[in-house]
Amino acid sequence: MKISVVITLKKDVLDPQGQVIQKTLNGMGFSSVDAVRQGKFFDININETDKRKAYVKTEEICKKLLANLVIEDYKIIDNFNNS
Amino acid sequence: MNSSVIIFPGSNCDRDMDVALKKFGFNNQMIWHNDVDLPKSDLVVLPGGFSYGDYLRCGSIAAKSKIIESVINFINSGGLVLGICNGFQILIETGLLPGALLKNKYLEFICKNVFVKINKQKNNYFKSIKKDILKLHIAHNEGNYFCTQDEIKQIEDNNQIALCYSNEQGEIDEKYNPNGSLKNIAGIFNKKKNVLGMMPHPERMIDKYLSGDDGSIFFETLLNNIN
Amino acid sequence: MIVNEKIAVDHGLKKSEFKEICNLLKRVPNLTELALFSAMWNEHCSYKSSKLHLKKLPTTGKKVIQGPGENAGIIDIGDDDAIVFKIESHNHPSFIEPYQGAATGVGGIMRDVFTMGARPIANLNSIHFGSTQHKKTKNLLRGVVQGIGGYGNCMGIPTVGGQTCFDESYNGNILVNAMTLGLVNKNKIFYSKAAGLNKPIIYVGSKTGRDGIHGASMASAIFDDQIEEKKPTVQVGDPFTEKLLLEACLELMADDSIIAIQDMGAAGLTSSSIEMASKGKLGIELNLNKVPCRELSMTPYEIMLSESQERMLIVLENGKEEKAKKIFDKWNLDFAVIGKTTSTKKIEIYFEKSKVADVPIELLTNKAPEYNRKWKKTKLPTKNKHNKNDYKNLKISDVLKKILSNPNICSKEWIWEQYDHTVMGDTIQRPGGDAGVVRVHGTSKAVAASVDSSADYCFSHPLTGGKQIVCESWRNMISVGAQPIAITNCLNFGNPEKEKNMSEFVECVEGIGEASKYLNYPVVSGNVSFYNETKNQGIKPTPSIGGVGLIKDYKKMISMGLKKVGNLILVIGKTEGHIDQSIFAREILNQKKGPPPEINLFNEKNNGETVLKLITDGFVKSAHDVSVGGILVALAKMSINGNKGINIKKPQNLVNYFEYFFGEDQGRYIIEVEKNDMDKIKYILEKNSVYFNEIGIIEEKNIALKDKLNITIDELIKSNKTWLTNYMSK
Repeated sequence: MKISVVITLKKDVLDPQGQVIQKTLNGMGFSSVDAVRQGKFFDININETDKRKAYVKTEEICKKLLANLVIEDYKIIDNFNNS
Repeated sequence: MNSSVIIFPGSNCDRDMDVALKKFGFNNQMIWHNDVDLPKSDLVVLPGGFSYGDYLRCGSIAAKSKIIESVINFINSGGLVLGICNGFQILIETGLLPGALLKNKYLEFICKNVFVKINKQKNNYFKSIKKDILKLHIAHNEGNYFCTQDEIKQIEDNNQIALCYSNEQGEIDEKYNPNGSLKNIAGIFNKKKNVLGMMPHPERMIDKYLSGDDGSIFFETLLNNIN
Repeated sequence: MIVNEKIAVDHGLKKSEFKEICNLLKRVPNLTELALFSAMWNEHCSYKSSKLHLKKLPTTGKKVIQGPGENAGIIDIGDDDAIVFKIESHNHPSFIEPYQGAATGVGGIMRDVFTMGARPIANLNSIHFGSTQHKKTKNLLRGVVQGIGGYGNCMGIPTVGGQTCFDESYNGNILVNAMTLGLVNKNKIFYSKAAGLNKPIIYVGSKTGRDGIHGASMASAIFDDQIEEKKPTVQVGDPFTEKLLLEACLELMADDSIIAIQDMGAAGLTSSSIEMASKGKLGIELNLNKVPCRELSMTPYEIMLSESQERMLIVLENGKEEKAKKIFDKWNLDFAVIGKTTSTKKIEIYFEKSKVADVPIELLTNKAPEYNRKWKKTKLPTKNKHNKNDYKNLKISDVLKKILSNPNICSKEWIWEQYDHTVMGDTIQRPGGDAGVVRVHGTSKAVAASVDSSADYCFSHPLTGGKQIVCESWRNMISVGAQPIAITNCLNFGNPEKEKNMSEFVECVEGIGEASKYLNYPVVSGNVSFYNETKNQGIKPTPSIGGVGLIKDYKKMISMGLKKVGNLILVIGKTEGHIDQSIFAREILNQKKGPPPEINLFNEKNNGETVLKLITDGFVKSAHDVSVGGILVALAKMSINGNKGINIKKPQNLVNYFEYFFGEDQGRYIIEVEKNDMDKIKYILEKNSVYFNEIGIIEEKNIALKDKLNITIDELIKSNKTWLTNYMSK
């Protein structure tokens, strides 16, 4: 089963890369862009058929490795419905 | 001989390149990335450093600078361009050189001396170079050269590989590859062989009191060939 | 919010301090004002536990242009050239987030140097981690090294030297001390003393966010189980912006627009504005609505405490605002006039058209507490008795290999190959030697620098340990052919409210002062880091000394690699065979008690000056000072570096091989000389009453000592150069 994860910087944390990208876009003529935040995307294939279990495992993966919880948040993006 | 070194925000080997070019007899000027025109030059250099902090992708943002259009025109009219380290990355991002430069295989910045075997056939950079195995210096995080199967075939067919990591005897082998580059590639020419992009820093090897002075051979040869 | 005692205590103030604040102000401070006090009265900014004792350090000298009290110290190196340098700690943040903690530490110290008008020319660092067996050590080491490299490399400043140590006392508190040297014209130095009334106060650099709020108070907090909650206060560095800031500042400094300038470091806008005004005996008025903010709805409290990086505060001459703005616009940096100097001697802060803080500056600076904390002298431990049986089962070659591969002795190439150590094209001695050396660009001079610490010695007897590290720094300068000029110190200790730790601090400082005074090697800058303690477990006392010296002719620099087969090896200085607290005693005999080696300042000075004379007269072909590991480890390193062997003679007056070759007596050097020069060399040594011993002759391969030792260079390399790489690759 494939589950995707997006890692982003926490709200208050400085994103120097995003800032430079935004300024460059403005310079290239995209003046309506007023903020860019850069993050990371992961596609994870888990050997699991139960969606709930896969979700739980993925969350553990995010917490233990993919996200630096000091300065990053993780979001599991999938069609998985938590109900 | 006139040269121009382009400074981008975050370039930091510009002064080193200025010192080296002047030492070997170039009449060098420093050009700001936001300028539109290049002065009359025989050689244009994109120096090493961390332009725009290496943000997004190394060289990606510098490749969008105002000055780049003039550089492209200069290249199209046959002018010689040299891109060192970050300069190489910028040339790749502009599409002036083929391929891509990825993160070093062992995921670490690496600063050390290396040997390189020079390709001195039919190009203006290394023609008649007196030594074709040079001890040069690398300092980079993303020097791992990569390109597709088709691209590498074209590059090889057209003799565009400019230098390869080797040992002191010039043997090119995986063992002597510091960053995982395809075929130990340390530098590449464009099709017309008037653009050279290379990871090693010859400007840091121009004095025996520094890491070495094989860089002197590089600059002397370049000056002679342009003449 | 009404401020009360509990809120004050939450801000890191003591109850007694809060009471004093209310007394001095004659009222209760509001929250913003409390923030100012919590920052300025914090240990990091006020030095309240250390001030009293730091006064004892020698800080002046013929070559000292600026001692402690400014952003960095400055020494004169002739021809109108001056070197600006300082070392600082960033310990607590690095434990929490190693990459960013180390990176912002490097960023901060570079700003302290270029704020004085100096282009940085070299970086060094002293980093200490817990036991190699501790589960966090590898990740912390990796993160810190990447952070130091990530920031320094991007700035384009070579990292030319350092020290890396492992000890279980750092398990809960790692140390990251970063040092920077910069080059300035001595007639164009910029200071932080504000002057003149109604001068515009300018903010330049990055926008202000919520980074690091309470960073200064975190530096003085003891880590406990709540450490995880402290996490969001770590700042993120942006070396690209700092590079732009460096270039922009240097451009503005080319003329006379700047009256005073200071970087915003710990406690950001608070400490920079208050310190600048305090030095100039002026007042300052700030309008926080003008401060460029990255986040919406920031409060005055947040703006004043923010530790967002890459920002500077400038007092500008009237009428220069346009010109200055143009420069900062070119480099794409924020520029804002946020206040002015006044005659009130107060800090007055306005926000949304109301005054939100009003405090006499003196209360925040001069009236900050100064504590005379309890301490008592540490007795010199009794020497251990040794006899032949202790060494019966030991083989010299096994002991040598074990020591060479010890984490504290082994080659740190894995680390420094991740640092760009050659950018700027002037590095003539890279990391791995006694000192890093960079040429003074465009001249025949070079500057040498090293960082040293000896926590084990300091722990066993702080007074001796303090003296020893200054002596070692001195010897490292001499060994590369540099005249030692001055030092900067980073004093890393545990909780000063505990008598034992305070005693360690007082006596280490006393030792540093005594040696520094005797050797004419004054302290021109420095930093104190207290409260390096977790769950009541404090670090060993770890003062770090950053030494700087001058080589007048860089072509005469000396390196440690053996040069020529047939040359002789001399040991300068007497060897008594002191092994207590040596790495041999601690790691091989498993003996952790005993006094550190004695320091004889007369011999240190005499031996050092004589060796330097031999170097400048051209007699020395390679040199290395004898320190941890003793003579044999020093010889092994010279051998590895030069790829040559040594045939060692049995020394005169040998009592015991192990004590002789692994003893850590001080004041010693190993030098390589030519046979033909021996008469002249002997004459100089004897004339200066310097004890020496001709110990061997250089050979093609192997280090050999009669039937006691015969080891190949390859074995030496394998022992010394592979441990760290293997450790980090598992």
